[in-house]
Amino acid sequence: MLQILTPEGELVGDPPIDVPMTRRLYRAMVGARLYDRKATAIQKQGRLATYAPFEGQEAAQVGSAAVLRPDDWMVATYRDAAAMWMQGYPWELLLAGRTGHERGGSPPDYVNVLPPSITVGAHMLHAVGLAWAERLQGNDRIAVTYFGEGATSEGDFHEAMNFAAVHRTGTVFLCQNNQYAISTGLNAQMATDTIAQKAGAYGVPGVRLDGNDLFAVYWAMKNAVDRARGSNGPTLIEAVTYRIGPHTTSDDPTRYRTNEEVDDWRSRDPLERVRRYLELNGAWDEEWQKHIEGEESAVVERAVELAEGLNTPDADELFDSMFAEPTSDLESQRRLLESEGG
Amino acid sequence: MAVLTLAQAITDALDIALDNDERVLLMGEDVGKAGGVFRLSNGLYEKYGPDRVIDAPVAESGIIGTAFGMAVAGMRPVTEIQFMGFSYPAYDQIVSHVGRIRSRSRHRFTSPMVIRMPYGGGIGASEHHSESTESIYAHTPGVKVVVPSTPYDAKGMLLQAIDDPDPVIFLEPIRLYRSVKEEIPVGAYLVPLGLARVLVPGDDVTIITYGAMTAEARKAVAILKQEGVSPELIDLRSIVPFDVDTVVESVEKTGRAVVVHEAHRTAGFGAEVVAQIQERALFSLSAPVQRVTGWDMIVPLKRAEHHYVPTAERIVAAVGKTLEE
Ligand SMILES: Cc1ncc(C[n+]2csc(CCOP(=O)(O)OP(=O)(O)O)c2C)c(N)n1
Repeated sequence: MLQILTPEGELVGDPPIDVPMTRRLYRAMVGARLYDRKATAIQKQGRLATYAPFEGQEAAQVGSAAVLRPDDWMVATYRDAAAMWMQGYPWELLLAGRTGHERGGSPPDYVNVLPPSITVGAHMLHAVGLAWAERLQGNDRIAVTYFGEGATSEGDFHEAMNFAAVHRTGTVFLCQNNQYAISTGLNAQMATDTIAQKAGAYGVPGVRLDGNDLFAVYWAMKNAVDRARGSNGPTLIEAVTYRIGPHTTSDDPTRYRTNEEVDDWRSRDPLERVRRYLELNGAWDEEWQKHIEGEESAVVERAVELAEGLNTPDADELFDSMFAEPTSDLESQRRLLESEGG
Repeated sequence: MAVLTLAQAITDALDIALDNDERVLLMGEDVGKAGGVFRLSNGLYEKYGPDRVIDAPVAESGIIGTAFGMAVAGMRPVTEIQFMGFSYPAYDQIVSHVGRIRSRSRHRFTSPMVIRMPYGGGIGASEHHSESTESIYAHTPGVKVVVPSTPYDAKGMLLQAIDDPDPVIFLEPIRLYRSVKEEIPVGAYLVPLGLARVLVPGDDVTIITYGAMTAEARKAVAILKQEGVSPELIDLRSIVPFDVDTVVESVEKTGRAVVVHEAHRTAGFGAEVVAQIQERALFSLSAPVQRVTGWDMIVPLKRAEHHYVPTAERIVAAVGKTLEE
């Protein structure tokens, strides 16, 4: 398993990014964690529908998304808010979706990120089509798809890998192996030792790395993105990581894993090791930490306000969203709703 | 007798079936160690072990396709699809294999299996978690589709579904899992599939519904009674087979009918109910039959869901239309 930065913050390989860039990505991970904790907290107050926390997976998401060009495509899941935010999807829209507002699915025009996929598996194919279409249109935009290890059990994973391989599409498959699909651990999910090895079956390179190591993630993603952009085909990256929180706010993880296991993974925290590395390099102190936490926290607070402040969609917004022009059926249903009352 | 919620009644039925029949097994995502995302199989993994209460990989086509094979080879698999909105990857297995094998093998092979699916909205869930697309399955030849709305029916119908010689899609109204409670018998009993039930007898108008919408319809009945209207409320309990006799008998008495479902309107099961009423009882009708349904749109998320899910108010308004004539 590839590793560049140990949990103790020591280098065991060449860092792929310089210190100023490392500070920027560390700050992004801090912001992402603040968002995640805030979302979890306000869900508990009943202000969000269920929420799927990503704590522990910040390096896998931030480190990989940081490699992308702003116009690259991203197709990710309910647990990938940090990656989507890195690619320009604003916190307030990610939150809006969780408050139960469809406008959360509508990012700004310059953001090529599809709304998070809630169904497991299907979206991986979309990243194949997106990258393929870009090449057909003479562009060098690539597409990355994020998914969990559980998603590799769906048939669509195999179809996507095969399609991408056969047509050499510029797709990066980024699997965050966070050890559990809800309650189902790796042993009940698959009989292979790794996910990366599955790539071989399709003629695709597979890379396995420490997903809590920002540098390893960045390095592997950089290679995969360069390959994709250079029309050399897809790559499967397995980022080995851990979901520190519950599957969602409705889950009780004590039913299927031990506290010792969670504590063990906490000691491999993706933020802490970068913090130590920066400190060793004289690029971190308490004051700066407080400063970035203050600023990132303000951004998150503002996002909560904006998301909750969106006005409730009226019935017209719903009827008008289905087709370019509402059909006659929808028009008559709209009239019926008006006459019968909501 | 014991007082159980609809959710507990299903757990009870699963426990009894696993206990009584070694061919029965339960398979689905997170049904084992976690006891199911709704905790409906709580304790069963501990009691019956991992060979009979099986945590499946995240693969709906895999769950239904392998359960089909097991059923053909003599087992009685009870499968759980975590939410109806995640059943579509398995649809090919259902339409192309589960519903066909008996006919295409002329009874040589059969697939007696149960496909449980929590369904329906009204709880402000995430995308795909509020689906009510039972028409898709009603339109699929060779599978029965049943929808209990009370703890008594849930237990008796699930045990009947497990005993049934053919595949049964067993829809569980999420909204009613813990909101209805009643005293039901301890131990096994069966409720036949395919029979509707008159929940409230009345004379002026027939309200026909099933599943979670029985709760809204009961509210509408209470309002209508206060207004001096006497509605008859029918819970279909099963849409395949569809107990048209009970519906026709009622409509012949009342001369008016309103069908209620939260599924989309176009080609929803209400259309079938209306068609059969007009085939069998057109000349008993004093007014056109009305439908109160969800709309032809994606079920809205939490903040706008109230525009979609039929309410007692809309049911009362539709009854009003039938009474105007
Ligand atoms: C097609 C489909 N089946 C089932 C579900 C319910 N479900 C949501 S998340 C999940 C587990 C997914 O695990 P994994 O892919 O490892 O991602 P993680 O949640 O761990 O990030 C399941 C079964 C779903 N959303 N979509």
